[in-house]
Amino acid sequence: MSGETHDTHGAVHRHEAPTSFIRKYIFSLDHKVIGIQYIILALVAVLVGMTMSVLMRMNLSWPGTNWPILGTLFPGGAPGGMMTPEFYLSLVTMHGTIMVFFVLTTAPQGGFGNYFLPIQIGAEDMAFPVLNMLSFWVTFVGFVVILAAIFFSGAESTVGPIGGWTGYAPLSALPNSGPGQGMGMNLWIISIAIFCVGSLLGALNFITTLLNMRAPGMSLMRMPLTCWAWFTTAVLALLSFPVLLGGGILLLLDRTAGTSFFIPGGLYVSGVLSGTSTNFPIHTGGSPILWQHLFWFFGHPEVYIAILPGMGATSHILSTFARKPVFGYRAMVFAIFAIGLLGFFVWGHHMFISGMSPYSAMTFSILTLSIGVPSAVKTFNWLGTLWGGRIRFTTPMLFAIGFVSLFVAGGITGLVLGQSSLDLPMHDTYFVTAHFHLVMGVASIFGMFAATYFWFPKMFGRMMSERLGRIHFWVTFVGVYCIFVPMHTMGIVGMPRRFAQFTEYEFLATLHPLVVFVSIAAIATVIVQILFYFNLVWSMFKGEKAGPNPWEATTLEWITTSPPPHDNFAGVIPTVYRGPYEFAVPGAPNDFILQTEPEPGTVPATEGTGNGHNGHRH
Amino acid sequence: MATTVTGTKPLIKTGFGGGSKPRGPNGNGSGRNGHDAASRIQSSANRYRIGMWVAMASILMMFTALTSAYIVRSGSSNDWQPLAMPRVMWLSTALIILSSLTLETARRKLKGQFVSAHRRWMLASFALGFAFLLSQLFAWRQLVGQGIYVSSNPHSSFFYLLTATHGVHLVAGLIALLFMSLRRRVSGTDELAIAKGQAAADAMTLYWHFLDILWIYLFVLLFFWRS
Repeated sequence: MSGETHDTHGAVHRHEAPTSFIRKYIFSLDHKVIGIQYIILALVAVLVGMTMSVLMRMNLSWPGTNWPILGTLFPGGAPGGMMTPEFYLSLVTMHGTIMVFFVLTTAPQGGFGNYFLPIQIGAEDMAFPVLNMLSFWVTFVGFVVILAAIFFSGAESTVGPIGGWTGYAPLSALPNSGPGQGMGMNLWIISIAIFCVGSLLGALNFITTLLNMRAPGMSLMRMPLTCWAWFTTAVLALLSFPVLLGGGILLLLDRTAGTSFFIPGGLYVSGVLSGTSTNFPIHTGGSPILWQHLFWFFGHPEVYIAILPGMGATSHILSTFARKPVFGYRAMVFAIFAIGLLGFFVWGHHMFISGMSPYSAMTFSILTLSIGVPSAVKTFNWLGTLWGGRIRFTTPMLFAIGFVSLFVAGGITGLVLGQSSLDLPMHDTYFVTAHFHLVMGVASIFGMFAATYFWFPKMFGRMMSERLGRIHFWVTFVGVYCIFVPMHTMGIVGMPRRFAQFTEYEFLATLHPLVVFVSIAAIATVIVQILFYFNLVWSMFKGEKAGPNPWEATTLEWITTSPPPHDNFAGVIPTVYRGPYEFAVPGAPNDFILQTEPEPGTVPATEGTGNGHNGHRH
Repeated sequence: MATTVTGTKPLIKTGFGGGSKPRGPNGNGSGRNGHDAASRIQSSANRYRIGMWVAMASILMMFTALTSAYIVRSGSSNDWQPLAMPRVMWLSTALIILSSLTLETARRKLKGQFVSAHRRWMLASFALGFAFLLSQLFAWRQLVGQGIYVSSNPHSSFFYLLTATHGVHLVAGLIALLFMSLRRRVSGTDELAIAKGQAAADAMTLYWHFLDILWIYLFVLLFFWRS
């Protein structure tokens, strides 16, 4: 049969990239281009979010100072250069929203996941390329709408709604409840709804691709841990975003159609009683707590959506640069799944002060603390991976180790906040702010920094500057600890979150030097990120050329050229013979063995069936 | 030994397209590639079925969320006034069940390679689905005629919301149905095209049954649960 010739000669059938600029770079169907588009979106969004955090820090630490530039930029929000409290609150809201959705969800999953999941499992592309393109552009529209909320919030004095990223009802459900709660809130909800749709399309694609398109021999247990993390993340997104979408629709109806899903009766807002004015129709019987349940049922899995890809990348990078197999691969896989699964049953720990029954609080508490078990499994396995390794301290490795450090430092306070008795006094203080910024914000970002430095050579064919990378790492690493460790203290003293300034509170006056210190650390940390951006752009053109496998790693992305061709493997689907982390195998000529290298002396059996778990029956 | 094996989709086309005889899963001497080709066709087509199951899980989650909101809201206050069911909803229900049956028939026709019969049954399903939508709209008109709007009371809010959300998914299904029944020209020789066509028809049918069962569930929830 004609098949034999193909078998022995390895005949290839290449798919070439489209040549027109628009089809190649804008409305591209190539998962690699889409991944880069997602990363660029996140890189832009993070600038907006970071700028907002700097503005907030300035207001907190130097209250009453005139910032002429602020007055010029936001004449309504900072008349004469002094920020109004409403403006501050809208900064809080938009900082949180943009960071959580458009940075922490897009870069780790949409960006790196899109680029590397198909390559790492040996596929030519995603299962549904058109859907993939749509998912990015839908997300992009969501970003445009959230930016629109900044400029058209319906109030001169804010840059969006003022209710925080959680959008608690009834504040969020009533257009007359404050500046920015009118059109700003509408746009906010619409943006999030659009984002949900984009993420769902992405998740659908990830799951199908992983189940259906693995290369011959790539059994589930031969997948790199990154793929497991992206897969679990996709499952979480698939099951949690629809809940937020449903909640968002209810909220929008409450605001625009006069329903009362979340609005209780007899509300008295801005001097107007519900039902006595035409723009404040009668409402009865809605449940604001219902919004909290729907929101946090999404919101808690969301924090794992942000951090799981970072965990995957960290495991991958630690193993590569410790030149050792991942310690306890199987345990790592189960830990990822356990974290994802438990993540669906702990949303109540965000609502301990909502007046829930102490018995439910205890249930949520126990479930929450049990997440400590798989988290500890992961941490110990990371340490076990490092133990006795011949560690190469490259920039990606530094960031991966930094991830472990931040994950532990931020996670340990989760054990405090997870107990309802301790959460009651701590809730809505800087302790909470410190906790989630360390563990979900900064740790995830460190995972992504590690991923960027690690995969940049593959994506652009050039190495990033190690020297700049090291400076970037050390300043950022020290900087984030300087920002967030003092915040724990502030929280324990009782400094509340989401206050524009603390000049009125005498008991907080002694903390003021700490507040200033945090702000200086934050500004320094933000400034050093310029180095990162510079390094990205500079290395793209001037970086040292990278070969196909500059890190001497083992997984499938390293068998192809840097950057990979349009169809990833130049028309040849690789066959996988081994696990993902075969480093320092005794007796092997090199200290790493690629996944495509056959066992010596064995004849590859009928491929795909060697492991039996190919996800689809033959 | 070649460490990299060919067997991408296009290779299969060159190898087995053009009317070469279909081979069994075990093949013969060169069975490795035969096995590869057959399994690759299957797995390539399977993505539609997998994708549909995944999509259904997601849609189901949304309706689960809305259901939990429905249950909480119905118990949270005494302003809940159950609607009288518009009689025409029985017709809706009958229409969608019928459309599910015709689409299932269409799917089986395709399996038996009766392409034109398949297309006729698809169009019949489309017509029934469209009639379902009209019947739903008629129910809305009836309620509006009685002065019952989205904001009238929580039950009417949920009624309009749930029927509309179901309707939006149904419209998506109708568009897909129309697209598939008008566009596809199944060539009898290309194994991959046949497998993909069958998988797409399977996925479509699966989705339609899902919408059918979802409607019956919503119908029961709205009018027979606690009312």
